[in-house]
Amino acid sequence: MIRRVAVLVSATLVLAACQREERDTRPQSALGSGEQPTPVTTLEPGGERPFHTDNKAASFEANAFHMSEGKRLFSWFNCSGCHANGGGGMGPALMDEKWIYGSSMESIHATIRDGRPNGMPSFRDKIPDDQIWELAAYVRSLSGNAPSSAAPQRNDDMMVHPSENRMPDAATLGKSP
Amino acid sequence: MKRPVSMAFATAGALLLQGCAGWQSVLDPKGPAASEQAWLIWFFTGLCAVVWVLVMIALAAPLMMRSRAQAEPLAIDAGAEGRKLRVVLTAVAVTAAILIGLTLLSFFANRTLAAIGSDASLTIRVTGHQWWWEVRYEDATPSRILTTANEIHIPAGEPVRLLLTSTDVIHSFWIPSLSGKLDLIPGHINVLDIKADKPGVYRGQCAEFCGAQHANMGTFIIAEPRAKFDAWWNDQLQPAVAPAGDEAKAGEDLFLRRPCVMCHRIGGTPAGGTVAPDLTHIASRKTLAAGTLTMSRGNLAAWIADPQGVKPGSHMPVVDLDGDELNAIVAYLEGLK
Repeated sequence: MIRRVAVLVSATLVLAACQREERDTRPQSALGSGEQPTPVTTLEPGGERPFHTDNKAASFEANAFHMSEGKRLFSWFNCSGCHANGGGGMGPALMDEKWIYGSSMESIHATIRDGRPNGMPSFRDKIPDDQIWELAAYVRSLSGNAPSSAAPQRNDDMMVHPSENRMPDAATLGKSP
Repeated sequence: MKRPVSMAFATAGALLLQGCAGWQSVLDPKGPAASEQAWLIWFFTGLCAVVWVLVMIALAAPLMMRSRAQAEPLAIDAGAEGRKLRVVLTAVAVTAAILIGLTLLSFFANRTLAAIGSDASLTIRVTGHQWWWEVRYEDATPSRILTTANEIHIPAGEPVRLLLTSTDVIHSFWIPSLSGKLDLIPGHINVLDIKADKPGVYRGQCAEFCGAQHANMGTFIIAEPRAKFDAWWNDQLQPAVAPAGDEAKAGEDLFLRRPCVMCHRIGGTPAGGTVAPDLTHIASRKTLAAGTLTMSRGNLAAWIADPQGVKPGSHMPVVDLDGDELNAIVAYLEGLK
């Protein structure tokens, strides 16, 4: 009897493994539009204004599928043209700890969507909102700001830097913890 | 009880045989390579069937025969032993001869296949993408190089050389009625020579599992008489026709303002993306999304409105368009003959 139950339980477990990974490929409008203003500075008269984080930011931030899509789009949309493979060139490096406009998902999303002075173009209307969030999640992984269990693990081409899941956390790099 | 069962068997058999015909079948060869392979398939199957039957008879015969009781089971009858030895040796010799014969047949068939494209004048580069085919017609004159997608036009009766490669994962190019399959490997070029004896449309399919939409990665070889093929090439080299009518004009404008322009190319407009299928003459193709949908206004709208519903996981994102915008873009694309 016990053996039968054990067989049944393990068979159920094996079948449960057939569950495919869930991937969000359709935009979820319920999660917010990414249209809320992102403050560029914390200096504000009359105290700090309350800042609401975007729901989408949280659902994209540590998601393996979205990060790998972001990695593909990073090369498809030629981000490397200015940022190289994260090392920077004409545009600032993305794998260091310096964030001119903040390191949050919302800030990176706003940077891609609206552009920034001195060269960053605005991709508003040229990249669908979800794809901008995917790019933002990937950009964060370049400086070790993504869980190593979710960040992309390999390159399709020659490796120019360690894969994103092995990128050191730029903020603590070279400092003793 | 007996009749329905036999009826079911007959129906199933007929349906199975039906699967051997049609535009995507190895047993329905339309070119020299496929004919050679179909002949090999039939010959191997036939010969192996004969061998199988003989082996089964040889196995069954001793089981059927009643064994004679022997007085001394361990006694050796030299004459019978010698006969058995000769039978076994003969069987071994025949087996070896059949295997060597089949190897030689397959060797000569390979030589025939290799000779098909030795004088090919047309070279086409086929690049596999998740989940569509990029098709580039090579030419010594750069202005005559043509890039299109998913449909491969070739002149009938002429050998054509295909250079197969991939940008992401391993795919496999397989037009069953024209040739065997060959892998498309990232960073490597495989050469496949094909020839279609007669004009016609031959369907092909990716034959190496390549991800979520592997099943919807179809392609078509369209073999045409030489004159028609040349005319097609010249037509395809032209830039896209200017949009006719206000709606189509608005559609072009939207196409260039919206995410479409980031990935797709339309010759004669600023749209120059190369990571997705070239749309310069999209309306002249028979299908959409690599053989997933037939080309029609409705299917174009469905595909653009919800690519993730038609082909879940494909790299075409859902773009935020309202009804009028969608109609305008469809009207524009529909005119790109």
